Amino acid sequence: MTSPSATADDIVAPAERASDNYLTHEKGILSWLTTLDHKRIGVMYLMCVMSAFLLGGVFALLVRTELLTPGRTIVDHDTYNQLFTLHGAVMVFLVIIPGIPAALGNFILPLQLGAKDVAFPRLNLASWYLWVIGALCMVLSLVINAADTGWTFYTPYSTTTTTSVIPALTGAFILGFSSIFTGMNFITTIHKLRPPGMTWFRMPLFLWALYSTAVIQVLATPVLAITLLMLIVERVVGIGIFDPALGGDPVLFQHFFWFYSHPAVYIMIVPAFGVMGDIIPTFSRKRIFGYKFIALSSVAIAILGFLVWGHHMFTSGQSVVSATIFSAISFLIAIPTAIKVFNWLATMYKGKIHLDTPMLYCLFFLWVFTIGGLTGVFLGVMSVDVHLHDTYFVVAHFHYVMMGGSITAFLAGMHYWWPKMFGRMYDEKWGRISCGLLFVGLNLTFFPQFVLGTRGMPRRYYNYLEEFQGLHQLSTVGAYLMGLAFLTTAAYLLGSLRKRADAPANPWGANTLEWQTPSPPAYYNFHNPPVVTEGPYEYADWVYNKRTGGYERKAADGR
Amino acid sequence: MLDMLLPLGQLAAGLVSSQPGPLPSALPEPPKVPDSPWFWMPRSASNFADPIDGTFSFLVWVSLISTLGIALAMAYFCWRYRATSRDANEAAESQVDHSNVLEITWSVIPLFIVIGVFVVGFKQYVDLRTAPRAAYEVHATGQRWKWGFEYPEGLTHPELHVPVNRNVRIMIQSVDVLHSLSIPEFRVKMDAVPGRYTELWFRATEEGTFPIYCAEYCGTAHSDMLSQVVVHTPEGFAAWVAEEIRKIEMMPLPELGQLTFNQSGCATCHSLDGSAKVGPSFQGLFGRQEKIINLGAVNVDENYLRESILEPQAKIVEGFPPSMPTFKGQLSDRRISGLIEYIKTIK
Repeated sequence: MTSPSATADDIVAPAERASDNYLTHEKGILSWLTTLDHKRIGVMYLMCVMSAFLLGGVFALLVRTELLTPGRTIVDHDTYNQLFTLHGAVMVFLVIIPGIPAALGNFILPLQLGAKDVAFPRLNLASWYLWVIGALCMVLSLVINAADTGWTFYTPYSTTTTTSVIPALTGAFILGFSSIFTGMNFITTIHKLRPPGMTWFRMPLFLWALYSTAVIQVLATPVLAITLLMLIVERVVGIGIFDPALGGDPVLFQHFFWFYSHPAVYIMIVPAFGVMGDIIPTFSRKRIFGYKFIALSSVAIAILGFLVWGHHMFTSGQSVVSATIFSAISFLIAIPTAIKVFNWLATMYKGKIHLDTPMLYCLFFLWVFTIGGLTGVFLGVMSVDVHLHDTYFVVAHFHYVMMGGSITAFLAGMHYWWPKMFGRMYDEKWGRISCGLLFVGLNLTFFPQFVLGTRGMPRRYYNYLEEFQGLHQLSTVGAYLMGLAFLTTAAYLLGSLRKRADAPANPWGANTLEWQTPSPPAYYNFHNPPVVTEGPYEYADWVYNKRTGGYERKAADGR
Repeated sequence: MLDMLLPLGQLAAGLVSSQPGPLPSALPEPPKVPDSPWFWMPRSASNFADPIDGTFSFLVWVSLISTLGIALAMAYFCWRYRATSRDANEAAESQVDHSNVLEITWSVIPLFIVIGVFVVGFKQYVDLRTAPRAAYEVHATGQRWKWGFEYPEGLTHPELHVPVNRNVRIMIQSVDVLHSLSIPEFRVKMDAVPGRYTELWFRATEEGTFPIYCAEYCGTAHSDMLSQVVVHTPEGFAAWVAEEIRKIEMMPLPELGQLTFNQSGCATCHSLDGSAKVGPSFQGLFGRQEKIINLGAVNVDENYLRESILEPQAKIVEGFPPSMPTFKGQLSDRRISGLIEYIKTIK
């Protein structure tokens, strides 16, 4: 992808690169907290997001444990309501939305552009600090008297409950700005900092996905901010916007909320598509199939995603006409999504498939995301949705998409870029075992929930009818398996950090620019700015070197 | 990130704290889910079950075929095109990277499928949302955390009772936060929104008892906000209504009075705790002397209360507006006696 002369300088001997890279360039905690380096900010995001994931995961396991029996198991009604609220709010606002863009994207996006940094490094650091402040507000709500509204904050419950809703809202409000800052940064960086020769259609698909995501972040998140602000004003000053007791309209809140939160679903899943688009061709040793269709379908999803929010409200009392329009547009989104899945599959056809951990996670994603996507079609059909709305079917559907889609892709990306980020290879055997364990756990947890839902079990239930107990117990066992899989993953990934840096510059033979600088990258990313002469998925020039365990570019004369 | 972990201590404290058991539900016993002949769906007990289940089954088959197809293709490719080693032939021989025919095929086929299910779903939804004109109407009220059903015969009951094979329209309202009336065996559901009416309708096709859930989160005892729908034969239904009305007529007077107090909207203007609302509080009212405009002090006794209910403008207590409507012709003599006896108990 670069001119050969540039890479020859970039790939230096292991002894030399260990001495100076972005991790060792400056020392001390202060050098991290004041850094403007996108790589360090990415790593800080990664640590924070993973801590939040641990917290949200513990909440999830407590929720599942409570549901082992139809009555009280470990906590009371109100604590349970707080637990599922916090699980949802933490996972959505602190983990999945910033997960791939802010943690992986921050690290990888400038590298894939061959750039020194993002366009606005200070804004980038500010977005991380906003994330931390937003997270602290959420924790404050937790410490005072955790909100019990569900992550959706539906009125008038949220304006009348006595729990500390305002700190949680303030947290979400601030996190929104963190997200907007990241989005603005990525849009500008992709527009202005592409290297010579990288036309729009030579960009890696990960960048297309981050670009589409950034557009949604910048356009949709302000609406969330306004909505949350109105909610705070209503609670504090008593101005009637949403509460009918004050002359407001509770359904208006649902419109505002989903106007952001449905596009937010795509903030969560579109970056995952980007990760797939980069990993599948690399491990199939073959050009991606239907590049333009995949790239533009991300854009199509980003645009259409703004026009479908009402499909969350088929039973809210909204008019039949609006419901019909929202349903029709929702179905249109199925098409670009299907196009992606088929193109990824076609990429594998006649490839040379390596089943390393990142690829295993991609296969995992393909299977699980297909189930998540298809069950979305059930919910788009208005009559069927009336039966399934607010039941466990919806819970299962969005966990298949958010957990099976976003988190799985996040894990795929983390395993794929881990050697680049930290210069260490992880234990491949444990990688595969954990991936398999997670696959079994995820399906065991969420598949029974489809059946619970079709049989009528409503979501957000603390007590439930005895007839549902068997399926709930299966689901809880699955959740424990997932917990175990995450523990083993954390163990071997963190364990790899204790080894000597051993990762080659390009362990997978990928052709995007981030692999054409040492692992971990130098402080300034590239010694010479790369020049792009071909598409991102050309593998013919890369040969495997047994000694380094990585791929190297063929010399110009052929070898 | 230690600060993120601190709240776990607080939660751990929540784990061991013992709390009172479940709040009292409106029903003495939780409803039973009747056995279903299907794997996915609950028993089919209304006119909507068959069409909606048909659409659902179609989608299940489409999903099953697509998911298995994708999984099999994936597994086959992984086996057939597996790489034998890292260093042999790093790039696949085939680098074919597009085919417009394929792209169009796998866009258009799903498009036709979704257009089909959209149209079917739309028709069924319009049907769900359009109640027939000739329907038996019941008012449902959601309140944290119970359902109340008010029948045209002048009966209010925590359960929904309906005759089989008759169109029933439910007008839904909420007195506090959002709720949602959900009857899975009928495949119907509609939110209860404070400040407006929503509605659903159905025609029960099978006698029996089916659970009713609140499906929209409403706080502490959301999961205990259960009720049930009991489907009777037409004769059985008439007999049930007559029996419930007879039960009310046979109630001890103070209980009947309390029921009337709750059903007739007295509480809007008259408090039970001494606080002044639009009208005087009922607390300690009986036996008190009230200052009446133009008349002076009057003893509150049975005849005074009866007159105030039937001829509310005859005697107006000083400091209150003359805004009470008459209940002449609306309340039976027995209910009026019940109200008087109930007011006597509020000390």
